Amino acid sequence: MFSSIRGRILVILAVLGLCGWYLATTQIKLGLDLQGGMHLVLEIDDPEGTMSMEARSDAIDRAERIIRSRVDELGVEEPLIQKVGQDRLIVELAGIDDEERAKELIGQTALLEWKLVRSRTEVDASLPRIDRAIVAALGGDSIRALGRAMEAPGESMEDLLFGTGPDTLPPEDPEEELEEQEELEVDLEVPEADEDLRPLSALLLQGPDQGEFLVRTEDYPIARMFLELPEVQAIIPRAVSLQFEWQPRAVAGQTYRALYVLQREAFLTGDMLEDASANRDPQFNQPIVQFELTRAGGRRFGDVTGRHVGDRIAIILDREVVSAPVVRSRIGARGQIELGGSTMEEARDLALVLRAGALPAPLRVMEERTVGPSLGQDSIDQGRLAGIIGLFLVVLVMIGYYKLTGVLAIAALSVYVVLVMGGLVALGATLTVPGIAGLILSIGMAVDANVLIFERIREELDQGRAVRTAVDEGFGHALSAIVDANITTLITALILFQFGTGPVRGFAVTLTIGIIASFFTALYVTRTFYLIYIRNKKATDTVSI
Amino acid sequence: MRFFKDAAFKFIDKRQKAYVVSAVVLTIGIGAMLFNVFSIGNWMNYGVDFTGGTVIQIQTEPGVTDADLREALGGPQAPSVTRFGADDEFIIRAPVVADMETDQVAAEIRQLLAAAPGIGEFEVVRTEIVGPVIGAELQQQAALAILFSFLLTLLYIAFRFEFRFGLASIAATLHDILITLGFLALFRIEISLPTVAAVLTIIGYSLNDTIVVFDRIRENLNKKGGRREEPVTLIDRSINEVLPRTVMTSGTTLVVLLSLLILGGAVIRDFTIVLILGVVIGTYSSIFVASPALLEIQRRWEKKEKKSDRKKPGSRARDKRAIPV
Repeated sequence: MFSSIRGRILVILAVLGLCGWYLATTQIKLGLDLQGGMHLVLEIDDPEGTMSMEARSDAIDRAERIIRSRVDELGVEEPLIQKVGQDRLIVELAGIDDEERAKELIGQTALLEWKLVRSRTEVDASLPRIDRAIVAALGGDSIRALGRAMEAPGESMEDLLFGTGPDTLPPEDPEEELEEQEELEVDLEVPEADEDLRPLSALLLQGPDQGEFLVRTEDYPIARMFLELPEVQAIIPRAVSLQFEWQPRAVAGQTYRALYVLQREAFLTGDMLEDASANRDPQFNQPIVQFELTRAGGRRFGDVTGRHVGDRIAIILDREVVSAPVVRSRIGARGQIELGGSTMEEARDLALVLRAGALPAPLRVMEERTVGPSLGQDSIDQGRLAGIIGLFLVVLVMIGYYKLTGVLAIAALSVYVVLVMGGLVALGATLTVPGIAGLILSIGMAVDANVLIFERIREELDQGRAVRTAVDEGFGHALSAIVDANITTLITALILFQFGTGPVRGFAVTLTIGIIASFFTALYVTRTFYLIYIRNKKATDTVSI
Repeated sequence: MRFFKDAAFKFIDKRQKAYVVSAVVLTIGIGAMLFNVFSIGNWMNYGVDFTGGTVIQIQTEPGVTDADLREALGGPQAPSVTRFGADDEFIIRAPVVADMETDQVAAEIRQLLAAAPGIGEFEVVRTEIVGPVIGAELQQQAALAILFSFLLTLLYIAFRFEFRFGLASIAATLHDILITLGFLALFRIEISLPTVAAVLTIIGYSLNDTIVVFDRIRENLNKKGGRREEPVTLIDRSINEVLPRTVMTSGTTLVVLLSLLILGGAVIRDFTIVLILGVVIGTYSSIFVASPALLEIQRRWEKKEKKSDRKKPGSRARDKRAIPV
């Protein structure tokens, strides 16, 4: 039945109806480059490479769930959150207006810890060793240059640190006396000339409280860099950790960062959090985050706070101390985090990420692409205009050159356009800017198939064949060229799909759908129209071609 | 209306001239690549997709110039600023900075611009940040994509036609890609993912044209007496027979691409330019490269066959004169 004219018309109408139904009921999905939005590729941040592949893969799985629940709370429609490969995550958010905030929400580890604050005196004894370790690691000259840099702002720290100093080599005199300490393998030999250098302890000021040092805000980046040196980390006493406060603090006209001396082990972490919400402190009208702990968490919290009334407890978010209140009495399952000078929105975001849970490991942005909504709309408008005008010109050329046959071809091409658009919707494909280019290109290929057939029919007519035979032969002989040409292009499109990402994939998808649609249109639809056209013609009649 | 009806151009006779044209164009392109190696350190103008780095497109208030932006961004490792499309839109490009998180560069540029006097309000309309690892991976993927599409099409043509047709079409496609790459190098068009997509499309398009010509050669060979015909005449005849189609198809495709170039906006401009070039070269090469290559390959083949025929008297040397299908 598919070869009778009536059967053919039915098939075409059915396909058209299906595509039309898809087009009428479903919106075509636009890529981020067209509707605006953010595309992120995230990877586990593990610079030392200590995590195994399985651990990374597992961490990404968990991160995927946590980020999904964060994004859901953000209210983004149809977010794409997808694991790619073993250790990467793609996050695509359409139509967001504040990308910095979205990125912060997605990428924040949100590791919440509660630690006891210890005393400065526990590190005082180690400070000379830490100073020597810094001198040994960086060299005396670069540290002196750093001192000058503090008075002459504008020069980048890295330049001064690593751009100078032949003196960074370890000194040759091995008879340097070391303090009797356990980690003797750490190379702490310091040249005599550098003996008087106190790089870290010179920056540390005594804070008002026993548990903290103060560092001037301008010294903070350097102090932080010193403390992050692996050589320094190795000799900080094992029981404690040194962590900065997250925001500067103003004391008598000067701003400082507090450096807390904390018990290394956290007694409670954010995974024991049941709920968190943002609120205002009724007393000072400052934003706070109120939290509720799980039953087990509440018991442990009550236990520790009960034993430490009068001591300070630090609340640490992503390795920075948010606040360190004094315990006035035993605290149960509910508590609050004071956020200092934060805005209400920041408090809400913090509550959100705390509710969704901490990421299993910090994530790093590998790739970010953001398109504003206005640019996307421009691209759509321009692509549409270019497409319509291009099509109109093709219509003119085809009808001018092939006359009535050209009209048939244009009718078939209209079917083609509906097919491609319907196919895109049906497959849930995403239309991107290169995708539009792929569509327009595939229209060119659809026209080519028709041209191949018509030229062939003309040749057959030249050889004196009757109309019906010429048409049959034309379609028959053009077939091999059309098949081979389409298949090779299809091969390219499939490879593009396999290797491409994002926009290029969009191009490959539209090109593939376009090729298949053009194949069907040229060989089936055009032929049907032609059969209708020559239905009543006698062998001696002519066709308008 | 009909173009090139009964055309009888002697294309194959002119192949020596075509070789010279191709050689000159190829030399210019390769020269441009070498020149680029010495002047910009890479044979192509790779974009952030492949090198990693940051691209920020901003829309400013009217009257802001690229000089203003350059001054605001300053510094020894200053990012480059170029005008893009409309008068008040600019693209800022910065390379990967060692010791800096991938997305930190963009934040810094934004801060510098916000702090600079004389720039006023601006809107970031597009940001592309690619880490160095991703860039290297994409480079590898693009190379693999081109290689694989090559191999698979060669296999397909060898299967559908014959190995010699496959070789000739690969020669033509290589020719087209090299010329396209030379063009990209000469005008320092940025190599981005869409540009790679365009190069791959050219492979497809060029093959498309070549296949149509080869399809006709195959058909004519299989006709009665086709194998006895002088190969030069047969190939010329085949090209001429499909010439109306070639002109018509290239013409309509170019019409669409030109409208895309003029009206399609700045985002896809480079992409469209590469495609237009590909269509022109693809059409040229199907006639002047692929078909002569088929002839040359066949003649080489024939000489070898003749040598071996002499050793074995009585073999059917005559039948090997033309291309067997």
